[in-house]
Amino acid sequence: MFRYSLTKLFYLVLSLWVLASVTFLLMKSIPGDPFMSEKAVPPEIRARLMAHYGLDKPLYEQYFVYLSNLAKGDLGISMKMQDREVGQTIRDAFPYSLKLGIVSIIVSVIVGIGLGMVAALRHRKLLDSASMVIAVLGVSVPSFVLASFFQYIFGVQLKWLHVVGLNGPLDYIMPTLALSALPIAFIARLTRSSMLEVLTADYIKTAKAKGLSSSAIIRRHVLRNGILPVVTYLGPLTANVVTGSFIIEQIFGIGGLGKIFVTSISNRDYSLIMGITLFYGLILMCARFITDIAYGLIDPRITLVSGKEKAV
Amino acid sequence: MTMPHSSTAEERALTLEDFRKADVGEHAAEAIGQPSLSAWREAWLRLLGNRVAMAALAFLLLIILMAIIGPVLTPYDYYSNNLEQTNLPPSAEHWFGTDDLGRDMFARTWMGARISLTVGFSAAAINLVIGVVYGGIMGYVGGRLDDAMNKISEIIYSVPDLLVAILLVVVFEPSLGTIILALCVTGWINMSWIVRGQMMQLKNQEYALASRSLGSPHMRILFRHLLPNAMGPIIVTLTLAVPTAIFSEAVLSFLGLGVQSPAASWGTMINDALKTMIIYPWRLAFPALFISLMMLCFNLFGDGLRDALDPKMKK
Repeated sequence: MFRYSLTKLFYLVLSLWVLASVTFLLMKSIPGDPFMSEKAVPPEIRARLMAHYGLDKPLYEQYFVYLSNLAKGDLGISMKMQDREVGQTIRDAFPYSLKLGIVSIIVSVIVGIGLGMVAALRHRKLLDSASMVIAVLGVSVPSFVLASFFQYIFGVQLKWLHVVGLNGPLDYIMPTLALSALPIAFIARLTRSSMLEVLTADYIKTAKAKGLSSSAIIRRHVLRNGILPVVTYLGPLTANVVTGSFIIEQIFGIGGLGKIFVTSISNRDYSLIMGITLFYGLILMCARFITDIAYGLIDPRITLVSGKEKAV
Repeated sequence: MTMPHSSTAEERALTLEDFRKADVGEHAAEAIGQPSLSAWREAWLRLLGNRVAMAALAFLLLIILMAIIGPVLTPYDYYSNNLEQTNLPPSAEHWFGTDDLGRDMFARTWMGARISLTVGFSAAAINLVIGVVYGGIMGYVGGRLDDAMNKISEIIYSVPDLLVAILLVVVFEPSLGTIILALCVTGWINMSWIVRGQMMQLKNQEYALASRSLGSPHMRILFRHLLPNAMGPIIVTLTLAVPTAIFSEAVLSFLGLGVQSPAASWGTMINDALKTMIIYPWRLAFPALFISLMMLCFNLFGDGLRDALDPKMKK
């Protein structure tokens, strides 16, 4: 287990290094330097900034300066907002995204497992088909379509909820639903197929033969084994919530990191784009790392050799 | 089936005379009654029997047809502004209404379909080629090379795909080509893993061994024996890769990184329409409806295809 975690950690660092190098190369391939703008910066300040970020040195040295700055958590300054550090911008905006993201992850897991469980227990019955219709729709309807649909129906027509903003608990309903639709669909499908497999297993027959009540069988045996694969989905789930937040925060006017990211894209604020990309990369890779470790801990049957479990 | 003499049969006990030995020779009894079908034909028949998948396929073909002929059906083109006829609701004149610059939404919708479909199919095709070659080598050669190549693909896979796509499009300026390429950077990995798994299973089959002992070169074994047998999972993965690419393109367009004006994909059209959703909801309705329906049909057809090609996987 320890060796397994170490290997995974090694790959985490390696992947981050790849992402950092790619962003560095992309940054350098853009003409101009980060301090060129319409607002002229005095040459002394410019020289100091260039020196601080090592831009006066040759490329390979810049690369090391960049990496060591990154290691210290220094992501540089924004190109469009000269007095703003990228790190500070991220720290200010991230809490809003984090709150919405956590709510969305919790909702996805609970609703997804619930739907999948109902579908598996009512296999080939009406509720099964209904859950699977929801699942197919969740995979197919893009989140921005769903979000705008909700806005129009509940915000504009019925006036039940605020169209934009994230001020009260009620304001979480629409963004969370739009953000969670895709993960809910995936988790429901995953839970359903895994529980159908578990339901035909020998130990379920044994439990029945022992005279255990069906609610106890479901609680103690079916559910516990059936939701194992959902753990593997936690990494992709985080990725979904992060990439979904670009769109959802934009639509619902939430000033989180996703919205800042989209704004920085349309402003072509390269240092901010790169900084947020690296930050997201870090979050997603950590999520995947935690998932790998958690799965190894929960299910002792899986072979703890990296890479082999994905290929099958 | 009801027996013709069921009422009398109950009254009369059966005797030996009621049974006669069937006059069938030994060879005739061994004959196969049904015509022998190839695995592909059988899968096709199974697919034909799946009404949901066939309806999805029919709808997809309709969308593809409309993407080809749709823009010519209306006298209006997709790029001409007409500032006297902006934000019109659907009418006999403009079937899907007009947008904020007075451009015909019907023409724009089907031009958008062209772009979405082009991106979806091209990205899936490139991913297919890279994935099959890379995965084929991994699975067929095996050993150290497999380990190394697998590690590389894992590292690429762990870099979030949409982030890479966004970065690339930001740096290299949005165009149809850069969008497709950006979607291919990480898109092929799933395919390569599927092919690798298939190769590892199939290369130990007797027919591969037989071919090898007859002295076939590796290429022949790979292309004549292993790949045709791995076609099922490859096709299913391919079918599901198309909507994934279309979806990513829509997200990029939505973020303002899509094809540039006056061309528009469904993602851009939805993004434009969102700003005026409260006053002109129909501008949102058509692109939103069609992209959802198209994604739905690709997913349903992909599911049906998987059931047809691999009945064992059906749950």
